[in-house]
Amino acid sequence: MTALLDAISRLGRLAIDAVAHAGSMALFALRLAVVLFPTWSRPRDVAQQVYAAGVLSLVIILVAGGFVGLVLGLQGYNILNKFNATESLGVMVALSLVRELGPVVAALLFAGRAGSAITAEIALMKTTEQLAALEMMAVDPMRRVIGPRFWGALISVPLLAAMFSMVGIIGGYLIGVVVLGVDQASFWGQIREQMDPWDDVAEGALKSLAFGAVIALISVYEGYRAEPTASGMARATTQTVVLSSLAVLGLDFVMTAFMFGA
Amino acid sequence: MTPERSTRADSAAMIELEGVTFARGAQTIFSDVSMSIPRGQVTVVLGPSGTGKTTLLRLVGGQERPARGRVLVDGVEVNRVRRKSLYALRRRMGVLFQNGALFTDLTVGENVAFPLRAHSQLDEELIRRIVLFKLEAVGLRAARDKYPAELSGGMARRAALARAMALDPALMLYDEPFAGQDPISMGVLLRLIRRLNDALALTSVVVTHDVKEAMSIADKVIVLAGGRVIGSGTPDEVLAQREAEPALAQFLDGNAEGPLNADDQQAPLAEDLGLGGRS
Repeated sequence: MTALLDAISRLGRLAIDAVAHAGSMALFALRLAVVLFPTWSRPRDVAQQVYAAGVLSLVIILVAGGFVGLVLGLQGYNILNKFNATESLGVMVALSLVRELGPVVAALLFAGRAGSAITAEIALMKTTEQLAALEMMAVDPMRRVIGPRFWGALISVPLLAAMFSMVGIIGGYLIGVVVLGVDQASFWGQIREQMDPWDDVAEGALKSLAFGAVIALISVYEGYRAEPTASGMARATTQTVVLSSLAVLGLDFVMTAFMFGA
Repeated sequence: MTPERSTRADSAAMIELEGVTFARGAQTIFSDVSMSIPRGQVTVVLGPSGTGKTTLLRLVGGQERPARGRVLVDGVEVNRVRRKSLYALRRRMGVLFQNGALFTDLTVGENVAFPLRAHSQLDEELIRRIVLFKLEAVGLRAARDKYPAELSGGMARRAALARAMALDPALMLYDEPFAGQDPISMGVLLRLIRRLNDALALTSVVVTHDVKEAMSIADKVIVLAGGRVIGSGTPDEVLAQREAEPALAQFLDGNAEGPLNADDQQAPLAEDLGLGGRS
């Protein structure tokens, strides 16, 4: 009986913690919202963060995109071949990437590569009192440290997702057209005919923009709130990757249901 | 406290704490603490580790708010003012953090230039010269292009001191400046603190637990323990107060036994080991 009560109370505490976490993140988001536009008074800061988060993630994104495209080309060819529809390979690869795999996989990779780095950097600045030093120099760390990193991630994710899809389509082309002999004209022609810039491209872009915002918020929040100890930092970076990945996948389902569901 | 200024009682104190109570979680750190820190002098705040000396500096800097009481810095009530006036006040404060808190991705020179770039419209050439002056004052001009990771502990602390002084503050706060320093760099820091205070007419507050060293440069000493002030005055006055205050005597003499670690000895060891029933 007491074991059961213990379990229930533990469950309750978990729920309270989760709600408190969400609440403090929402308050943090409000504080961040206030400084979002003032952050642009120093565009160099933002550019530096786009470089650190976006440009330095290019290698992993391009390589991963290439491999995903190659696999899509192979798998798609095998399936479409059964229905004698290999000329649709191009549009199949392109749609999968632009609507779904580009935004989602790029976001997941970004969370692991750059989101965790943002969290670790901010948490270390907190642990070594650099954030406190900024405050005591009358420089708002929200504006100087948090804001630029948020923008850096927000700007990088959609661009990286677009490049992921682009490289993926080239990968599909290499396997489908160059290796397996699919007709080149129908590979590109079907993409042009059947892909809608609004239904497909814009909604894919909207998705990756939303993912970018979520990852950016989680990364800076977890860093800012990290306990200033070694294990606190470890927990914060893990939390960033886990929460970002789950949030991206969950949000992906919701957005897909709304945009493509009907 | 200071004879030459006692006629202007309200402006003689740079920092005043009035009935400050501060708790972190269930732990009370200060209960009804009052103190005044005179302008233009070096005041040393002593106390055993964990008595809230760093918290005191955070209260003065407005990074923490007391549960009760007032914290006045240069007549401004830091726990009440709006963010803008707090930031204006902080621009006149320099803080030397315990581990320096240098920005690790900037060179020493860029670290010192940081507050200047953030708060002034000076052109780069002038900033470069000010940085050189500040680094010269702490004997680190040659290290201006090094990164903090390449500095020794003592050098990092002096570089941080140059940064804290960049905006020519009226008030300098030092958080454990001597912790982990060898005798030579400790001596260098001690002389620097005293010299800077006198040359630039600052008010300096040094928080530390190195009794003898700190006493040697102090105009005023305040001893904190157990959430209250147990001694206050010039170094000689504080030494004279030890008769009346056993805790003060224990701290100044470094005795293991005494009122300050009374809670360590509350439960007999046998009880904690589960042998209570047999004794």
